Amino acid sequence: MSEEEMMDDEVVKKFMFVNRRAPYGSIYALESLEVVLIAAAFDQDVSLLFSDDGIYQLKKGQETAEVGMKNFSPTYRALEMYDVEKLYVSQTAMDERGISKDDLIVEVEVLNDEALADLMDDQDVIFSF
Amino acid sequence: MKFAIQVNEGPYQHQAADSAYQFTKAALEKGHEIFRVFFYHDGVNNATKLTTPPQDDRNIVNRWSELAEQHNLDMVVCVAAAQRRGIVDEGEAKRNGKDAENIAPGFRISGLGQLVEAGIQADRLVVFGD
Repeated sequence: MSEEEMMDDEVVKKFMFVNRRAPYGSIYALESLEVVLIAAAFDQDVSLLFSDDGIYQLKKGQETAEVGMKNFSPTYRALEMYDVEKLYVSQTAMDERGISKDDLIVEVEVLNDEALADLMDDQDVIFSF
Repeated sequence: MKFAIQVNEGPYQHQAADSAYQFTKAALEKGHEIFRVFFYHDGVNNATKLTTPPQDDRNIVNRWSELAEQHNLDMVVCVAAAQRRGIVDEGEAKRNGKDAENIAPGFRISGLGQLVEAGIQADRLVVFGD
């Protein structure tokens, strides 16, 4: 490995994945998760934000057999094995949909819009899915 | 500035495919560097050479291929997204037992690591899509 490549390996950026869509209406949520796992494998400082309908991705009790799709929600519980532990949820999105922390399959930090804006401002790279 | 571009939507269906091209072209003309263009989700459909748009319309796929040739652009199609949607190069066809390939000139198929690397290396990652 060249010296330049070794230096590149040491770069750690703050990667935030903004998940805004319901899990099975489109493929964005599933393919977002695939990027999250790769970013974690690259040892980046990864965080996930769930806003709008994206919070449905974390809803307990997902049953997908009838729609013929794979239930990928257990993957969110496996994220901590990849050292992805920063999961944020929009308070506004929760309130609008009548969802509380108890309805979710993972531990999250609930943030108001102002705190979310500050958090996003602090990121180096934002992926929006 | 060094840009990385992510294209999340398919050609003709969505403005994002056009906007990504226009942005990339404009950035290059202004003297900026494009580290990589990464095609994800339905964006991988920008890379099929089998498209035949009407003659009086823009040819989105050829347009990317020409830009890549002019500027030595690195255009990467996500392998997982491509496999789902039937975008195939020679190697992928062989590996997966397909009897055809359809990748347009200038595009290459590779992994999501290329997207993450682009995010790390570029000053700005610009995402085109909804």
